[in-house]
Amino acid sequence: MTLPGGPLPDGPAGAPPVLDVRQVTKVYGDGDATVHALRGVSLILERGDYVAIMGASGSGKSTLMNILGCLDVPSAGSYLVDGTDVGSLDDRQLAVLRNRKIGFVFQSFNLIPRMSALANVELPLAYGGVSASTRRERALAALDQVGLADRTHHDPNELSGGQQQRVAVARALVTAPSLLLADEPTGNLDTKSTADVLQILDRLSDMGRTIVLITHEDDVALHAKRVIRLVDGLIVEDRRQAPVDGPPPRLSRVGP
Amino acid sequence: MNALEVLRFAVRGLTANKMRSALTTLGILIGVAAVILLVAVGEGSSQAIQQNIQRLGSNTLTVMQSFSGGGGGGRGGGGGGVVAGGGAGGAQQQQGGTGPRTQAKELTLDDAKALADTTNAPSVKSVSPVVTASAQTATYQGASHSIQQLVGTYPSYFEASNKPVAKGSYFVNDDVLAARKIIVIGQTVAEDLFGTVDPLGKQISITGVPFTVVGVLKEAGSSGFQDGDDVAIAPLPAVQQSLTGFGSLGQIIVQAKTASAVDAAQSEITQILDQRHGITGTTTADYRILNQATLQETVSAATGTFTVLLGAVAAISLLVGGIGITNIMLVTVTERTREIGIRKAIGAPRGAILGQFLAEATMLSLVGGLLGVAIALIGSRFTIAGVQPVIVPTSIVLALGVSVAIGLFFGSYPANRAAKLRPIEALRHE
Repeated sequence: MTLPGGPLPDGPAGAPPVLDVRQVTKVYGDGDATVHALRGVSLILERGDYVAIMGASGSGKSTLMNILGCLDVPSAGSYLVDGTDVGSLDDRQLAVLRNRKIGFVFQSFNLIPRMSALANVELPLAYGGVSASTRRERALAALDQVGLADRTHHDPNELSGGQQQRVAVARALVTAPSLLLADEPTGNLDTKSTADVLQILDRLSDMGRTIVLITHEDDVALHAKRVIRLVDGLIVEDRRQAPVDGPPPRLSRVGP
Repeated sequence: MNALEVLRFAVRGLTANKMRSALTTLGILIGVAAVILLVAVGEGSSQAIQQNIQRLGSNTLTVMQSFSGGGGGGRGGGGGGVVAGGGAGGAQQQQGGTGPRTQAKELTLDDAKALADTTNAPSVKSVSPVVTASAQTATYQGASHSIQQLVGTYPSYFEASNKPVAKGSYFVNDDVLAARKIIVIGQTVAEDLFGTVDPLGKQISITGVPFTVVGVLKEAGSSGFQDGDDVAIAPLPAVQQSLTGFGSLGQIIVQAKTASAVDAAQSEITQILDQRHGITGTTTADYRILNQATLQETVSAATGTFTVLLGAVAAISLLVGGIGITNIMLVTVTERTREIGIRKAIGAPRGAILGQFLAEATMLSLVGGLLGVAIALIGSRFTIAGVQPVIVPTSIVLALGVSVAIGLFFGSYPANRAAKLRPIEALRHE
């Protein structure tokens, strides 16, 4: 509605970075109980990058993820998505931004119960005001992309954990967001399902999608092009594993 | 995100927990049905009473002995119907002295004749003196029946008291002058004594006195505790001769010429009777005039209050149903906090969340309201506590409107709470 920029990640040259985080701090509580979750984090994310944010629990990685996803507001500092300063947006504009620019994948899947996989994937499009027929078409395409074309009418409780997470990935993808935010997407999955989901993320990265992956597992982080390590609310390591415009390091050449 | 979409989400939300939705709906259903049905019962009883009053006859005034005035009155007319108790003392004598009056007089045939004077009472159409004997046993060939109300009167009584004959004929003035022992009986009497036999021309015996049946009254229906068809009407002197004696009259029924002349007739009667009974400004009248219009007004005012009371009680149950909606919606919002968080995370605007929960609440109350109307319409086909309910259309509109308003009003608090949830907190909710 009021936000500039097209839905596709590969915008024109010279476009602003997908994410521009400037000296963001987050403080919880006050007085003696004050907790400094973030102590000044700065981060620029180029279009097409695939970043793993690592850290032990309490390192502030979840707080960072919530701020990146516009679910939480920083105590100080500013944060721009596609060049738009999030701090200046009101409630309604934030909802639109979350809808258009960001796709979430949660550790606990967070599908809406008693709604079929298809309906779950259609939901962001419904809130985005997309017409019913386009919605169905795009949702089916997204489900096909995660290999669940034959499970469209199953409810979440009829799907395995891996399948549920793939539905969640499809839901995050369906709006063609600028940024895919995955918070420990494999945390609740077995090895096989973990491999499936990571393979999907790798393929998406190869197609040019910008992805931020939050994890505490080194195996998972190895899939990213860039690894950022947080300790006590500060970035202590920022290591590049592969170039931004190349394929992700662990991309399996054999498709499913 | 259009309205239809919001409605679809709401329907899905409600069907997710069918039992709970059904029970909440039940609360509103009972409230709406109670409002409509109780108002209908009030209206029904009001109409029944009005009809009973109408049945007494139109444009009529009933003159009767006033109650206060003490004992006596063993002889003569008193007894049946609305006319209770005999008069106070005899025409000239003074009895007991329990009342404040010194010269209470009974209603006499002369009073009735004075009222029929066209010069003094130009608004009066007809005057029917009435004596009543209650619980008289009538027999016919072994069959016996106790007639609730045996009336001795003039032929004009039939018109004034709205009692048309269905079969046979009325008696006429000649019969009265000759004191002929003929009788017109009501349906109940005819059925009890004759069964399927045609009663016309047959002779029945009332406490040993033979009367010939000349007509059968049209069915009047029962009015509350009194069977309107358990009557018999005979010429005045015939009844006086054989049953009640030539004492005072039970009542005098006066029919005014037109509906608008009723009040004029009443004042004419008052004037004549005041004069005849020696009533002045300082003494209390020893008779009463029952004006049907006044009676009708009083009764409708009373039944109106009754209906309002019933409606108020029912409205309280509707309110309780509304609180039930708030309660269940609050539970729903708490229970689905996480779902609300997910919806917000994937970009649901506040309006969509508000709309969904408001729509859920309103749908509960609307469905409850519609079912309540259906139940009330079905229920009104049955007689409730002896009253045939009469549905008042405005009560349907009002109850339905109020139920929807209740959904919106009582649903707005939980819906607002849902819409205001911060996505980050909602997502953390377990």
